[in-house]
Amino acid sequence: MAKMHTYIQHTITYKVALIVVQHVREFFETFGDIAYRFYQVIKYILTFQINVRQLIEQSSRFAVDSLPITLSIVAMTSIILAMQIAPEMVKQGGKDYIGLLVALTMVREVGVIMSGFAIISMIGSSQASELATMRVTEQIDAMEVLKVSPFKYLFLPRVLAGFIMMPFVVIISSALGILAGGFTSMAAAKDVTWLCYITSVWQGLYIRDINIMLLKSACFGGCISLVSSSCGYDAKGGAKGVGIATTKAVVWSFVAIVIIDCIFAVAFYF
Amino acid sequence: MSIKVQNLTKEFDGRRVLDNISFSVEQGEVLSIVGFSGSGKSTILKILCGLLTPDSGIIDIEDGDVAMVFQYSALFDSLNVFDNISFALQERKEFRNKYTKEQLKEIVAKSLETVGLEGIEDKYPHELSGGMQKRVSLARAIVTKPQYILYDEPTAGLDPVASTVIEDYILHLRDETKATSIVVTHQMSTITRCSDRVIMLYDGHIVFRGTPKDLLKQDNPYTKQFVSASIEGPMKIAASGF
Repeated sequence: MAKMHTYIQHTITYKVALIVVQHVREFFETFGDIAYRFYQVIKYILTFQINVRQLIEQSSRFAVDSLPITLSIVAMTSIILAMQIAPEMVKQGGKDYIGLLVALTMVREVGVIMSGFAIISMIGSSQASELATMRVTEQIDAMEVLKVSPFKYLFLPRVLAGFIMMPFVVIISSALGILAGGFTSMAAAKDVTWLCYITSVWQGLYIRDINIMLLKSACFGGCISLVSSSCGYDAKGGAKGVGIATTKAVVWSFVAIVIIDCIFAVAFYF
Repeated sequence: MSIKVQNLTKEFDGRRVLDNISFSVEQGEVLSIVGFSGSGKSTILKILCGLLTPDSGIIDIEDGDVAMVFQYSALFDSLNVFDNISFALQERKEFRNKYTKEQLKEIVAKSLETVGLEGIEDKYPHELSGGMQKRVSLARAIVTKPQYILYDEPTAGLDPVASTVIEDYILHLRDETKATSIVVTHQMSTITRCSDRVIMLYDGHIVFRGTPKDLLKQDNPYTKQFVSASIEGPMKIAASGF
């Protein structure tokens, strides 16, 4: 029996199964940790224990620092989109729908998800590495010894800043995306006029779409900050640990916002 | 305001770092915990201040505030010296809104004066030397007037003169605040100058208890090896986890 057990332990199937089990366990552990920290954040919000100074500082970092990269990415995506669809739409006789298509794409999907990706790479990674560095240099331990909750001091302002500021970032970037799409359409297809484009934008865009966009972007913002901070908080070791935590934060944030996006699509457009 | 530890046990990944450790520290006393790197000295401090949970054992700490001075200072690098020292006073529930900005400035200035640093409130940790960071860390620890102060290798990495300065402040704080102190160190000058009593850890057990004078006697094979910094002796580097 012991020989059989040793034999099984040396098979590739056993080793692969072991790795899979380990990854599944890690996934649920991380998910559980994030859920617990979300609960802590909600608890502090509901009891109004909000550090306003930290909230303002984090909001400024979240919105102002990320704006140039977010605007660039969303505008470029819109330009690429308009460049490719405008000539085709004109050829098919659909020049009156170019604005509608660009606006719906921006508001419903691209503006939000591209802003999310930009924020993850700019702010999420920064939050994760900051908290990870604090963890490996014992600053978070010092905070706990001083009896100040890291969830209150570090998590809450970041998550709340993400939740509040992300809609502003998305509104500005989507608006810029629609404008950039208009200019590109006019340049790419001669028959498209500014009036024709703008009229088309208002034809297909409803307040409901904008409301959903705002709600979705707020969820994205809060989620990015929560996941990034949580991954940074769990960092172990030295420089390598900070690197691993940052990578984990970026990957988990990407996956999380795509899942949230999917949930919104099913809930509101399916 | 004493600390009593009974049968403390802690394991990491199946390796028993602390195995039924028992000791006590009386009020106003400075106990040094010495031993090789990885012998569990810092683990004891982290358990005492609540950062780690023991696997078993009883820790009896009478009501009071526990402060800790970390090995690498652990100052908040995004905050200046003023905010670092006043952090607990600004953020802790029981202190928040208790002091005005002017009062905070006075308290911070007094804490800095206690550790021999004045007028550096606006500086950031990266602008300070290692010794100054340690002293700011001390000032941050004492600002809430703790009854217990834990020092994790307070003189590690400092030059001999800076070490002497820190040791003097440990003694000064003991006399001024009457706090119960535990110093984790393997620096001989810190052990002999600061401690009232010493315990030595090896392989999860206490292998020596006594005064600093007893430590220097050559009658215990463990202390003999430790003091002479010899490779030969009952303590093997591998067993210490180094």
